[in-house]
Parts: sequence; structure tokens; C-alpha cells
Amino acid sequence: MDFTLNDEQMMFAETARTLFADSCSPDHWHRMMEADAAWDEARWAAIVDTGLTAMLLPESAGGLGLCEVDFALIAREAGYAALPEPLVESAGVAAPLLAALAPDHPALGDPMATIAIAHPLNPVVPHADRAAAILLEKDGEAFVATPDRVTLTPAPGIDPFRRLFRVDWDAADATALGSKSNGADWALALDRAALFSAAMGLGLAQRAVDLAVDYAKERQQFGKPIGSYQAVKHHLATAQVAIEFARPVVMAAAADIGRQDVHSRARVSHAKIVALEAADNAARASIQVHGAMGYSWEVDVHLFLKRALALSQNWGTPAFHRARIAERLFTQAAGPDQLFARDQKERETENA
Amino acid sequence: MDLSYTPEQQAFRAEVRDWLARHVPAEPLEHFDATRAGFEAHRQWENTLKSGDWGMVTWPVEYGGRGLDLIQWLIFEEEYYRAGAPGRVNQNGIFLLGPTLIEFGTHEQKQRFLPPMASGEEIWAQAWSEPQAGSDLAGVRATATRDGDDYILNGHKIWSSRAVFADWAFGLFRAPGSERHKGMSLIFFPLDAPGVTVNPIRKINGHVGFAEIFLENVRVPAFNRLGDEGQGWHICMATAGFERGLMLRSPARYQVAAAKLAALWQERKADADPMLEAEVIRAHMNAEAYALSIYQTASRLMAGAKIGPEASTNKIFWSELDIHLHRTALSILGPEAELLPPPGAQDWLDDYIFALAGPIYAGSNEIQRNIIAERMLGLPR
Repeated sequence: MDFTLNDEQMMFAETARTLFADSCSPDHWHRMMEADAAWDEARWAAIVDTGLTAMLLPESAGGLGLCEVDFALIAREAGYAALPEPLVESAGVAAPLLAALAPDHPALGDPMATIAIAHPLNPVVPHADRAAAILLEKDGEAFVATPDRVTLTPAPGIDPFRRLFRVDWDAADATALGSKSNGADWALALDRAALFSAAMGLGLAQRAVDLAVDYAKERQQFGKPIGSYQAVKHHLATAQVAIEFARPVVMAAAADIGRQDVHSRARVSHAKIVALEAADNAARASIQVHGAMGYSWEVDVHLFLKRALALSQNWGTPAFHRARIAERLFTQAAGPDQLFARDQKERETENA
Repeated sequence: MDLSYTPEQQAFRAEVRDWLARHVPAEPLEHFDATRAGFEAHRQWENTLKSGDWGMVTWPVEYGGRGLDLIQWLIFEEEYYRAGAPGRVNQNGIFLLGPTLIEFGTHEQKQRFLPPMASGEEIWAQAWSEPQAGSDLAGVRATATRDGDDYILNGHKIWSSRAVFADWAFGLFRAPGSERHKGMSLIFFPLDAPGVTVNPIRKINGHVGFAEIFLENVRVPAFNRLGDEGQGWHICMATAGFERGLMLRSPARYQVAAAKLAALWQERKADADPMLEAEVIRAHMNAEAYALSIYQTASRLMAGAKIGPEASTNKIFWSELDIHLHRTALSILGPEAELLPPPGAQDWLDDYIFALAGPIYAGSNEIQRNIIAERMLGLPR
């Protein structure tokens, strides 16, 4: 039993944090919004150079063969920076799925390429127009297509950095990647998407709190910084408590995601629900602490509110994830000795 | 990161489970705050625990413990609650004072006080608050006047849990004339010493769970002072920040309650508000989140980290989840919620009443939020 991160994991996260701090600062956000841009090619090149897009790909596909715990830390940093590019959706979810289903697909050979996934749980696909390949699913069958073979209809959303598209397609224009046996890969992809959304939620939440703390130290009313008033302190303390009790759930979900059983699924769902609640609560508390400034476009808190809204409802709504927790709670043994429980079947396989 | 138990940890769990199965009383004991008989029955249970060396498993062997690590402590607690073993009547001693003694006490003090604490021979109450010093604990007025090798204690303490039946208390006293955080010392005194008067206070559940203590020229040896003279505030804060953040409330307590709540829901859902299912699931999530957080903290401490102000987040989280969980249970019971259960049955009502104290004791949640805001987030005082 070891719940700590190792030095390499912390170093990788630190690298991502520095990269995003340098390349995805408030100045960058503002310039992009002025230009109505949702993509920064130079930043994406730096992300690719750093190896972040190769973390979850197997070594056989030129990847680093790292695990979900490693990538969850990166996803958290992406959330902290409100990263516009779909690093998490592509490198965390779609690319590893494509590598599992079609290891020789040409899109995997181009390091700068992004892969998108049109999952039945999500009505829209962010940045689908820039994807080298789009993964699709119909009646339990997996397909892949290039964007020019499907119909992309822009679906304007409130997050200035999520360029969204509805995807309509015909199976005749896509390449089938096989059926039933791919169910496990699709299930893992959903769990990864939910997990990394949760990890991004941790980052979104912390940034919203940090922005509010900075503001509350500076802004003076009644002759004192507003952060010295308990009403303000308690808003932010409450937001921080939610983060503190979402983080270990996210990390535990990441550590056990590979088991793909009723227990690991429930933990991913738990992480998804609480981390994005933490993000939503923190964003709203941050707007309140900023007062009228928080309601203005010029202050960046709205970016975190909007991203939290999107991630809360995509990759499974709270109700979807609550049902997966219910399945665990009401069909399996409960109690304090069941915290790290696993399927009996898997245990037997492991012993044999 | 590896969230599986080692074979040694699994074997340890089996050993604890086996011992508890053979020793936990078949009938629940009367509550230790209800009557002297209930209190003494719990003392007897502490003694039974000690006979198996289970008194306080994390303490060094020479002071009555087993020298186990924090993960083993968590496993022990999980099995303890799972077995429905009696509440720990000496929790003020073993969970609060004990770890503080191990950190700040001299070898002689540890030898004198820890073994009888681990065996229940000496049961401890806490004497920190005063009528005018609650959340503002630095406002204590009770004094400790040095007289040769002794201290003479005077003052009025209140809200002292267990003080009605306990043997000893540890309290905050200040040097005469000192003010605020300076000049305070943490001093132990026997509750039957000449000059000590204990008046029971009834709680909202009717039990005499706490008391006020009057001290009039109570003489104790200077040996009973923990740490240096004037270091009392620092030690109290260390108690709050160190293991108390980890140990005061075991995650297992809430995991057991959440599992019982899930069973109650399954049994009663046909007649209950369907909206409550989400609350039952939430209670389970909260209990697991708290447990995972404590496992993470235990792992970090074992790797050499120190617990910091984030301990305050624990206090807020468990106290709020406890109330939510029990309110959900009462909502499922509906109009039967107000009825006292038959003896031996699950007492959701009393557990709910107990949970309501959580946001108040051990530093009110308002104070904890101030600590989080000022020491974790860096907001100005």
C-alpha cells in the first residue's frame, strides 16, 4: 500500500506546469480571444516536443508507455492553465484507443497530429476540424474516418477555447475497426476520459481558488483587504476543502483504472463527479469573491466556470456516473475493508 | 503508487479480525457517557484490548503499544469498526494526549502515563475550554502558580468530555499575569485531587457526556507539565495539527455507517422518497473520499512528510459528512425518525445527535475555515 507519487511523476508534472505557465498565461488567453483563436500552433509544438502527447502510447508505437497516474497529473496542469488544445482528449483518450484498435493508422505516425473521438455520450467534439482522424462508434462497432469524410457542423459554445462540432457520418465513408472485441477498449477510453476530465477539474478548481486568493489579498474595502473578512475566507476555504477530498479519489481512480471492474469504474465515476463539482463550486466562489470584476470578461475566472460546465456534463453526466457508483454500492459487499476491493474473478486469475 | 495490501498487511488484517471475533462483547455495552456502569464496562473492554496488545497499536512497544505503522493502524481501525467493537472511552487519552506525549514528553513521563493510558487503567478527559475561552482558546484564565516543585492550579474549565467519570484531565493553564499565547502550560491533574469539583452537564441527548471542572488550589507536581513552561499553546496547536488531523475520527467509522445506510435504503426504499437514493450514494462517496484522503496522508507521513494546516480540512469534511449521512438515515425513516430505537438496535437518532456536535468540538468549523484560509491559502488575518 503506497499512495505517494514518485520523483519522476512529480518531475513530469512540474515540466508540464512550467510549460503551461510560460505558454498558456493570461496574456496568451487574451491574445487568443482577441484573435478569436482556439489553437496556438507554437504551444502545441512545444507540448509535442516535451513528450506529453506520447505518454500513454505504447513503446511499440513510439510512445513512452506511461500510466494513467502519470497522465492525470498532466491533465490537472492542463486544467490549471485552461489549456485550449485537446491534449487530454487526443493524447489521453483518442490516440491510445486508436493505437489499440489500429496500431498502423497513419495518424499515429505524425507526432503533431491530434486524434478526436466522437463518443455517443457527447453531443459534440472539440477541435474535430483539426483532427487527423476521428474515432466513431455505431451499434458497438468502432470506425475511424478523416474529417473530410464526415460532416462537421460548427456548434458554437460558451467556452471560447472549445471549438465544437457536431459530427454526422455514414459507415460507408469510414473504416471499420472491428466489433464486439473492441468493447473493452471503448470502455477503457470512456473511463480514461472521465478520469482525465476529473483531473482537469482539480486544476480548474485550484486555479479558480488561486485567482480569488490573489484578488482578495489586493482588493481593499472598508480600509482592509477583503480577504481578511471571514465571509470571504469561508467561501474559499470551503472550495479548497472540496479540492482536498476530490484529489485522493482522482489519484486512486487513476491507480486502479486498469482493472476495469465494477469497483474501478465506480471510483472513476466518483472522481468525475466530485472533481468537477469542486471545479464548479470553486469557479462560482471565485466569481463571487471578485465581485463585479468577476462578472467581467476581462477577469479570467469565467474561463474556469465555462470549462467546468463542459466537463461536468460531457463524458457521462453526474447521473450517468452516479448510476455506476450505485451498481458498486448496491451489488457488492460494503464496509471499511472494501475500500480497495476488486472483482473476485480477477483476484483468482492473479493468484493462478 | 500501489493501492493493494501486501501479504503482510493482509495477514495482519486476518489476525485483527480473528482476535476481535473472539473478544468483542456479544451484547453492546451501555454508553460510556450514560452511567458509571457503562463507563466501567468500557474500561474493562480497554483492559481486554490491552491483554491482546491492541490498546494503541502505533505506540512504541516499551510504552504499551505494538510499534506498528499508520497503514496497519488504518487496517486495525477498519476491522475494529467492522466488528462493531465498543467505542473507545479513552479517546481523549489515546488519540489526542498520547501522540502529543510521545512527541513532547520526557522518557519518564511516557513511562508513567502511556502504559496505563493504553490499558484503560487511567482514563483521560480534556480540560481546555473555559466559559470565556472557547474558539478564542488563547483567552484561558485558569492559572498554574509555581510553588517549589509543584504547581497550584486555579480556575474554571468547561465542556470537558468524559470528565464526569474519568480519572485524569489535561488542561491549559497560564502563569499568573501572562497574556494570550504566552505563558501557557499544558498540565495534567487527577480529577479526584483535593480542590477539584466536577459538575456534570447534560447533553442534548440526555447523557452526562461532559462537565465543568472547578479547580481551587489544586496541587500537582511539576512533573505533570508537558513540554517547557510557557510552551502550552505550541503543544496544543501541535496536537491539533499533528495526529489529531489523522486520528481523531477514523474513516472506518463513516464507512461502516455508510454501509449500514445503504442497507437501510435497500430495506426501506419502497416507502421512501426516491430522491434519497442520491444522498445514500453521496454518503458512501463521502466516506470513501475521507478514507482515501487518510490513506494518502498516512502514506505521505510514512514517507517522511509532516502534516500541515490541511488537517483542518479533515475536521470540516468528516463532521459535515457525518451529519449528512445521519440526516439521510432519518429522512429514510420518515415519521419513525423521532422514535427511540429498541435496545441493541441501530440508533440512527442518537448518532445523528452526536454528529451535530462535530462542527463544534475540536475547534469549531468556523475556526478551521479561518485556519485553511490563512495558513493554506495565505489570506490576511
